[in-house]
This record gives sequence, C-alpha cells and structure tokens, in this order.
Amino acid sequence: MADRARIAPLAFLALLLALPPLLEAADQAFYISLLTRVLVSGLAAASLDLILGYGGMVSFGHAAFLGVGGYVFGILMSHGFMGDALVLGGVEIPGTNEALILLPIATILAGLVALAIGAICLRTGGVHFIMITLAFAQMLYFLFVGMEDYGGDDGLSLWDRATLAGWDVSSDMATFYLSLTALVAFLVLARRLVDSRFGMVIRAARQNERRLAALGLPVQRYKLACFALAGMAAGLAGALTVNHAEFVSPAMVHWTRSGEILVMVILGGMGTLYGPVLGAVVYFLLEHLLSGWTEHWMAAFGPALILAVLFFRGGLWRLIVGKEMDTAGGEARGEAVHHG
Amino acid sequence: MLVVEQILNGLQLGVMLFLMSAGLTLVFGIMGLINLAHGSFYMVGAYVAAWVTGLTGSLFLGLLAALPAAMVVGMGIEVLVMRRLYTRDHLDQVLATFGLILFFNEMARILFGRQPLFLDVPEMLSGTIEILPGVPYPAYRLAIIAVGILVAIALWLLISRTRLGMRIRAGASDREMAAALGANVTGLQTLVFGLGALLAGLAGAMAGPILAVESGMGEKVLILAFVVIVIGGIGSVRGALVAALTVGLVDTLGRAFLPDLLRMVTRDATADSLGANLSQISIYLLMALVLAWKPKGLFPSHG
Repeated sequence: MADRARIAPLAFLALLLALPPLLEAADQAFYISLLTRVLVSGLAAASLDLILGYGGMVSFGHAAFLGVGGYVFGILMSHGFMGDALVLGGVEIPGTNEALILLPIATILAGLVALAIGAICLRTGGVHFIMITLAFAQMLYFLFVGMEDYGGDDGLSLWDRATLAGWDVSSDMATFYLSLTALVAFLVLARRLVDSRFGMVIRAARQNERRLAALGLPVQRYKLACFALAGMAAGLAGALTVNHAEFVSPAMVHWTRSGEILVMVILGGMGTLYGPVLGAVVYFLLEHLLSGWTEHWMAAFGPALILAVLFFRGGLWRLIVGKEMDTAGGEARGEAVHHG
Repeated sequence: MLVVEQILNGLQLGVMLFLMSAGLTLVFGIMGLINLAHGSFYMVGAYVAAWVTGLTGSLFLGLLAALPAAMVVGMGIEVLVMRRLYTRDHLDQVLATFGLILFFNEMARILFGRQPLFLDVPEMLSGTIEILPGVPYPAYRLAIIAVGILVAIALWLLISRTRLGMRIRAGASDREMAAALGANVTGLQTLVFGLGALLAGLAGAMAGPILAVESGMGEKVLILAFVVIVIGGIGSVRGALVAALTVGLVDTLGRAFLPDLLRMVTRDATADSLGANLSQISIYLLMALVLAWKPKGLFPSHG
C-alpha cells in the first residue's frame, strides 16, 4: 500500500508531463487549455486542503485569495501594457508583464490579505468560521465589483500572457508547463510542511486544540500561519488562472467558486494534498460530460453531491492508494462529530 | 428629509433580514445545523408568489400560496435530507446544503426560465403615504415594515408564551434531555424547520415586487443573513432581531451617505470610488469590528 502511495503521484506527474505533446499530435490542442484550468484549480483545491484537511479549518471563502492574486496580477499587467504607472497613496508603482515579478507579488499580497482575514476569523471556530470566511469573500467580491477603473462587474481583459525572465511563454503549451511547475512546487513544499514539526502541530490542532494549548503551544499563531500560507498558494493559483485566461473578473471570487473548490477537495479526499488535484480533474470531467448532455446539469449534480456526502466518504484518492497512504494526518473523515 | 426616507429603507431591509435569519438561527440553535439552502426557501416563496399572482392577478393570493408552499418544501427537505445531517459535522452539512442550492437554482431555471420575473405592487399599496409633512414614502415598503414587526412580536409570543415555544426552548438548550423527558424532538425539528422556511418564504414573497424574482436570488440575502446571525450571536432570535435592524440600517445609510461624507473630508478624486467601495462593504467591516470585540456575537446563546 505504502508503495502505491509513493508511485501514484509520480505516475500522474509523468502522465501530465507527456500529455500536451500527445494531445497536440492528436490534434486535440483544445484540451491543453482545459487541462491548464484543471491544474490551477487543483492548486487552489490543494491549498484549501492544507487548512481544511490538515488544520480542520472549514473555510467557505477560499476564492477570496484566488481573487486577490488574480486581481494583483491583472492590474499590474494592464498597467504594464498601457505604460501608465499605478498610483497608490501618492506612490507610483510601474506595471510589468514579467511573471518573475508578478507571481511573487500576487502570492505575497494574497498571503497578507489572508493574514488579516485569518486573524479575525480564527478568533472564532466551528460554524462561525464557515460563515465569516464566506462573508469576507463576499466583501472582497463587492470590492472588486466596485473597482470601476478595472472593469467593475464586467472584469478586466488583458492583451497577452506574462513573460518569464524575458522569454515568451505565451503559448498554450508553455502556459500549461508553467502552471504544472507551480503546482508541483507547491505539492512538494506542502508535503514537507505537513510532515514537519509545524505540520504536526497543525494536525494536532485539528484533533484537540485544548490539549495543545495546555502543552504550551501558541495554537492560534500556528493556525494563522497555516491559513496565510494557504492564502498565498491560492493567490498564486489565482494569478496563474488570470495569466491563462488573460481575463479577471469578480466572478472569480463568487461564493459558488469557493463552494466548487471545497467540493473538489472533498471529492478527491481531504488530508491527502494530491487528492484535491484529482478532485479538480474529476470535477472538470464531470462538468464537461454532463454539460454536453444537458445545459441543466446542475440539477443532477446537486443531488449527486448530497448522495455523495451522505453515503460516500473518504474521497477518490484513498480509493486509488488505499487508506493507509497518509501519515498521521489524514484519518478517514467522519470521526469528528461535533456541534458548535 | 432624505434621512427619514433612508432610515425607513434601512428598517425595511432589516425586517427582511430578520425574517431570513430568525429561521436560520433557530435551526442552528436547536438542530446544530448550518443550512446554506435557507435562501432557497426565500426563492421558493418569491417564485410561488409570482406564479400565483400571475395566474390570479392578486398579490395577496400569491402571498397566501407562498407561505404554505415554502413551509411544505422546507419540511419535505427536512425529512428527506436534513434529518440525516444533524449528527454529521459542519463540513458535511455545508456540502449537502450546497448541493441543495445547486438543485433548487437549476430547477428554478428549468421551470421559469433564465429571465427574471417582475411583480407589480398591488393596487391598494401602490401609492405613497406622507409619513412627515412633505415626506412621501411608498406604502408597500411601509407594509413590509409593519408585517415584519408583527411577525417579530408573534414569534416572540410563540417562543416565550406557548407550550410549543417552551418545547422549542427546551430543544435549544438541551436536545437530549428534552427527548428523554418525553418531548417529540423529531417532530419538533421538522416543525421548526418548516417554520423557518415559512418565514424565509414570506420574506421572498414580499421581496417579489421590490426585487427581480430570479434563480440565485436567495443566496444574496442568505449571505447577509449569515452576517446578521454572526453579529447577533448564533442561536439567539433576539440577537438576530437587533443585528438584522443594525445591518439593514448600516448598509442602507452607508450606501446613501458615506460617499458624500467622505467627499466632505477630502476633495481627492479617489474619494468617490473609495466611498462607493466602503459603502458596499460597510456591513462586513461592522461584522469584523463586532467579532474583534465579541467573538461570539452580541447575544451569545448557550454553550
């Protein structure tokens, strides 16, 4: 079993690396673009898994950070293209289209926003936390809608994709590999993180916060750091989404987006990191198949989701690698029946 | 005299939010359930009211039909789905009720199409009433405020003065003990859920003539209702009332006056957009402030 847990991610990675040339050879280049969307959604879902599956923080507003990263990326890109500087409180900030500048800035700013939102949300727990994260995401949604200079409700179109160290990486295939690199980098880092001492505290906080506090650990600070890290990764995912779509709009922060990401995590299996990526693949596959069958596919997807929650637990990844795959972190869920 | 008008607008929004959040907070208090699909009952109420009004030409008949419809849908959902979720963790509840929302919104699109429906204000209430000399105010909005106040009083009487209310309070403070003492908790839960759905349906039906009746309309109100019950303290009906009125007033007055106030402070060109932005998010800032001060809300209930 343990072997399967090690081999499965590598097998998937090899498949993803090989797919674009194969798809192009088969004249199905459209799917490269679709796969890129899947990858960045997978990155967003995996970042949510960090706080949800390992930290036990049920955030229903994760799309907020996606939006921050996306808007930071889009705004700086558009200023770079127009050649006018962004004036913020008297300071002139020049725009750019260099991914090596844009992506870190988007990531860091999303992390800072997550730090601020997390600091308030983590004062509460349980059902409060769910509602407040949702409310803050909604607040950012309205902020973005209100930004008339950047398209308001209609969103902001970009003219091109970012360059990487001056290189042109705007082709669909290059965008795919850029997104894949970011995803793999996050998964490797996150895997190391959850296995570290830091990760152990986070996982323990999910099981019994009070006991940790009694041991003298500043649990809230650990949880906040984890929340901010997840926000950073989501911001990166948002920036990459915008880079791929060459478009950013408030729809990215709509509360249904947060719901979708949550569904991807659960579908793939929380507390597995790789599972949410698989969840994103399956989610897009379902959407693609069902929407080809009827435009009202949500009417079937909704009840399917309810049945899945009621009768199917654990997620797809555990079906592939077996239940023992993860280290102490991800016991099959369902053990924590509690009321707020 | 714009201020009076805006205060009444704020009250009207507050009353609607109270109708939404009373059910949510009761359901959470007694069943420990977070129900994202509560907005769907609001939508059911609005659509049934619009449909029956279209058939009969009378909004009163529409209202009359919307209430039992929302209640029946609510009780049906309780028996079919919610009942299985009470003992699950909040994450399962969120996911399952998210699935319900997707289903209801899509059903609305299938049954009534993608175009929003619009309702006329009934003839009798279509005029304005002079609330102060020289200050006319739409009669329909006043009627909404009146209905809201009546419902709030009726709810308070129901909870504090009747045997049913006693059972509800007993269920809220200790479900297992109430069951052990012979209260029919299962039936009570279905009833409370139906009552909450009825209140949401009433809000939706009354909102019909003011807002567009469309798929997804429930979630806009739902998220505001979440803000309300977080501020008020989850599980507390009194908290929901206070918070609903506060949120309604802050939101309406913020939108009306914040941009002007800011323009008085600074003449900067950014003041306009900043004011517009701030007024959009004023209630979320209010929520953040309240939580920084009282993490469990203004009127924390048991536990």
